Amino acid sequence: MPAPAELQLQKSAEDTLTVALTGSWKLGEALPSADEIQQKLDGKPAIKKIVFDTRQLTDWDSGLLIFLVDLREFCTQQKIPIDDSGLPQGARKLLALAAAVPEKKDARKAAGKVSFFTHVGSETVDFFRSSGEMLTFIGDTVIAFGNLLRGKAQYRKSDLGLVLESCGGQALPIVSLICFLVGLILAFIGAIQLKLFGAQIYVADLVGIAMVRLMAAIMTGIVMAGRTGGAFAAQLGTMQVNQEIDALKTLGISPMEFLVLPRMLALALMMPLLCLYANIMGILGGMVVGVGMLDIGFTQYYNETVKAVNLWNLGIGLFSGIVFGVIVALSGCMRGMQCGRSASAVGEAATSAVVTAIVGIILSTALITVLCNLLGI
Amino acid sequence: MTEKEAHISIRDLTMAYGDFVVMHDLTFTVNRGDIFIIMGGSGCGKSTMMTIMIGLKSPAKGQVFYGQVDFWGSDPQTRDRIIRRAGVMYQSGALWSSMTLAENIALPLETYTDLSPARIREVVKLKLALVGMAGFEEFYPSEISGGMQKRAGIARAMALDPEVLFFDEPSAGLDPVSARRLDDLILELRDSLGTTMVVVTHELASIFAIGSNSVFLDASQRTMTATGNPSTLLAETKDPTLRLFLTRGEKS
Repeated sequence: MPAPAELQLQKSAEDTLTVALTGSWKLGEALPSADEIQQKLDGKPAIKKIVFDTRQLTDWDSGLLIFLVDLREFCTQQKIPIDDSGLPQGARKLLALAAAVPEKKDARKAAGKVSFFTHVGSETVDFFRSSGEMLTFIGDTVIAFGNLLRGKAQYRKSDLGLVLESCGGQALPIVSLICFLVGLILAFIGAIQLKLFGAQIYVADLVGIAMVRLMAAIMTGIVMAGRTGGAFAAQLGTMQVNQEIDALKTLGISPMEFLVLPRMLALALMMPLLCLYANIMGILGGMVVGVGMLDIGFTQYYNETVKAVNLWNLGIGLFSGIVFGVIVALSGCMRGMQCGRSASAVGEAATSAVVTAIVGIILSTALITVLCNLLGI
Repeated sequence: MTEKEAHISIRDLTMAYGDFVVMHDLTFTVNRGDIFIIMGGSGCGKSTMMTIMIGLKSPAKGQVFYGQVDFWGSDPQTRDRIIRRAGVMYQSGALWSSMTLAENIALPLETYTDLSPARIREVVKLKLALVGMAGFEEFYPSEISGGMQKRAGIARAMALDPEVLFFDEPSAGLDPVSARRLDDLILELRDSLGTTMVVVTHELASIFAIGSNSVFLDASQRTMTATGNPSTLLAETKDPTLRLFLTRGEKS
């Protein structure tokens, strides 16, 4: 067990203070602080020099250096010269090295207090700027889409195929699971209430209309936002970090056409199909409860569903699906393209893509519902 | 040597990020067939200079001329057409990671030429062979080493036989031998194709080995302090900062 670090101060001459360091001065052990010397010096303006005695010092590392740097800073302020010849040679050299390049004062981040109004102001400016960026992005997408319609868009068909596969077929399992369970849950909740009136058969109406008109599209949209929107943002963000997007631009290939367009197109095409599939899964989920628990016959349940769900419901559901697909693709691609040039920026882009998409889905659902109400459909 | 013809001219250029001025009052000329070095300490704005020259970032003030054409004063279509005659090798290669090397090099050819697929395959093979990477057509960028990625990046930059090639820190992160090979490759390409090369670097060995002309960006004064052949600059300069840079801080 090494001896603990200790500090002894002696006045060896009229104007000289000897600092004797003994024991093991290592980080993680209890070390004396430079304050002790400061306190001692405060009372004695006569001290004109500090020397060190380290003959009893057994061991040292950065712990000693931190102490010495503190002490030197204080002594420079008080204009007391330090004679470092008593220090171990290694410590002396490191101390000189630490002082070789003076601290760059303006390199420190300005951490000044920001007033409330400044904060509100800059947040507002940021909000308008990001809204402007969003509009620009939507505009660019529309231009790219126009080029596609004119057959002038530069993108690879194989890319479109890959994205179609990844946001279509590969999403089926998770969409099946979620929508089957949502149908099941809706039926359960409905059944408890409807049983009170002996109207179990209307579980079929409830599940059918809710799923086809709204729930299938919302659930699929949210699943796709997490699954595909986040992936888009991460892919494009990483391409931004690797300068791959710059490389496209300097070749005169529009990233909007080459990267964003296929993703947008794929999701807008696949979302209604996924919704249709989700409808079926949701109704199946409701049927399991209806037929299994409520003793409704299979045919009876089927007929009731067909009677309840009209074409308008289906149309609104599929339309919502397309809208959500566009929203998910738009937010994913936009956040990816706006991504900064670091790993953490990619993470933020992915998070922000999912959040933007989900907020967009909920807002547009509200809008569509109000519109349908006004139109009476 | 024959009379030199200006290829890219920079006039009174100021570059800035928002209010923060990185460099001001830059005026220099890159001649046809030059290997032009943009040099300076870390963070002095070398790479920013390049992003302005290749049209990714607009200057705060001043002009970039390609021949007689004011690059940033032109409409986007003209800019696109000019920059299509340039190839860029990015610091990390910036190969498109979802495509094989062959597809990477083929994309600009497919986009801008009417060559048949078979012909494109031949061009790809030739360009890869030129950078010493024949046989790597079907590899993905993640499957090859950093040095190879840079060389493949050069092959892609050369795909359309550009008039000017830009290199962003070609030897950064490479071992000395690979860095030397890359330098030789740049020299070789200039000599045989007559391409103008603009190289952003702070590697002294490269600067003296390949540079025929250069500009020095001084971070402390926020402007350029010298332009000319690096070896001549070393012999004649009286500027202590430039001397310190060119001698690696060793006292002579």
